[in-house]
Amino acid sequence: MSVLLIAEHNNKELKSFTLNAITAASQIDQDLHVLLMGHNADNVAKSLSEVPLVKKVLHMDNEIYENYIAENYTSGILKHAEKYSHIVCSANTFGKNLMPRIAALLDISQVSDIIKVIAPDTFLRPIYAGNAFATVKSNDNKKCITIRPTSFEAAETTGGTAEIEKVDAAEKNENTKFVSREEIKSDRPELGTARIVISGGRGLQSGENFKLITDVADKLNAAIGASRAAVDAGYITNEHQVGQTGKVVVPDLYIAVGISGAIQHLAGMKESKVIVAINKDGEAPIFSVADYGLEADLFEALPQFLEELNKLNTIQK
Amino acid sequence: MKILVAVKRVIDYNVQIRVKEDGSGVVTDNVKMSTNPPDDNAIEEAVKIKEAGKASEIVAVTVGEEKAQETVRKALAVGADRGIHVKVDSALEPLAVSKILKKIVEKENPDLVFMGKQAIDDDCNQTGQMLAAHLNWPQATFASKIEVKEKSLEVTREVDEGLETIEVNTPAIVTCDLRLNEPRYASLPNIMKAKKKPIEQISASDLGVDTSSRIEHIKIEEPPKRKAGIKVASVEELVQKLKNEAKVI
Repeated sequence: MSVLLIAEHNNKELKSFTLNAITAASQIDQDLHVLLMGHNADNVAKSLSEVPLVKKVLHMDNEIYENYIAENYTSGILKHAEKYSHIVCSANTFGKNLMPRIAALLDISQVSDIIKVIAPDTFLRPIYAGNAFATVKSNDNKKCITIRPTSFEAAETTGGTAEIEKVDAAEKNENTKFVSREEIKSDRPELGTARIVISGGRGLQSGENFKLITDVADKLNAAIGASRAAVDAGYITNEHQVGQTGKVVVPDLYIAVGISGAIQHLAGMKESKVIVAINKDGEAPIFSVADYGLEADLFEALPQFLEELNKLNTIQK
Repeated sequence: MKILVAVKRVIDYNVQIRVKEDGSGVVTDNVKMSTNPPDDNAIEEAVKIKEAGKASEIVAVTVGEEKAQETVRKALAVGADRGIHVKVDSALEPLAVSKILKKIVEKENPDLVFMGKQAIDDDCNQTGQMLAAHLNWPQATFASKIEVKEKSLEVTREVDEGLETIEVNTPAIVTCDLRLNEPRYASLPNIMKAKKKPIEQISASDLGVDTSSRIEHIKIEEPPKRKAGIKVASVEELVQKLKNEAKVI
């Protein structure tokens, strides 16, 4: 057995979720190879080779991999698929888009979004927005798996000396072209990996009022999340959405403000270690998962919260 | 231009899921069923494109048990022209569904296939991409905006970092995000009219497709419950608890 993991990166650095996926992949089998497809991404190859859990880095360098196009990635990955018992990547928009295309061409029934490796062929995965957990066994000869990154620790990044092997690119797919990317740059911690997340919902009533959230986020060095309702209403952009069809977060502290707690939102945050809910409706479902619930008007509570935080001598960052 | 839209019947998104005691699955008897929410967005988008004069026909297809036909009927009521119901006896894995859909695409020759990005029951997020692979068509997943051009689509995709725009030549597969549009409700006259629209029934076994299950469900269980929390009386108390009890700030 050996595992091939597909790396996600931006040609300059590795995306952090790849490190979580590496941990999960190494639990399937220690013989873990990582395939890096990119353009002028030598630095990424080098940093992958330094990850102790990685045994080998396959580096496919070509301009067709500069932007991530699933069709181009797929043909490159299929050139190497034969040698591996498992092909894996993270279950974020990168891996969700890519892996089924590979699995279908290998005639494999993919196992999506695993949260635990029980055996090399048996995995735990959430279904129904995390309202049930399924233990599933794949009977295909080869497995295609996506990994929920927040369910695994990030792998160590130093001390490894894996070999980097340059491999040839595959043919270009002419039917899909990259046009543009609107990436919102932020100095805040990333939503998926932040230690503290503070999220706003429809209760905020406007985009301007999200400033109440950002002020607290600044103080706590927290990432900012949002319910789907808040994103749909245009208060904040889509990359902040937490939930079944958004991002899944597992921070040490999750603060839900003005969020009622629809099943779809709970799916994205209920594994957080400590949950705080601030909502003026005492019957809101969010209180059923909250460790600390504060029934209050957020427009009064948030400024007070900031004030109380300012009084503290120290705040963990 | 012809658009094929795939829809799935799932437990309604508002229903609290209950796991069966024997660990074999979740309770579906006497539970409200609906169209998978992003599949409604897929139908809506197809109808909007047709209303804009850029499509001539919309065909709604589902793969499912007898009652899955209701999902096709609903699609007809909001603007699809005709339906196809591929009958199966039990739930299939996305790989099998994608193989069935490939057969339907070969029969119908659509220029576009739309479907929701993910079904809210198994949360697999696979079928659209798998169908694209089988057909060797381009895929535009998680679409929040679609612009129809001469022989291509410009699609804005919701990705982790924000938004990404790609151009795909037709024929193509698009999987739809909930933010793509606001699905309309069917009016009563349209519901009545939909009853007269044709739904072709096909048995999956007649399509000559391998639909065997590759994944064994060993156990379905409830997720671990969180221990009950407390209500705090004031912001001050909240901050003290977070600092001294939970020790997270």
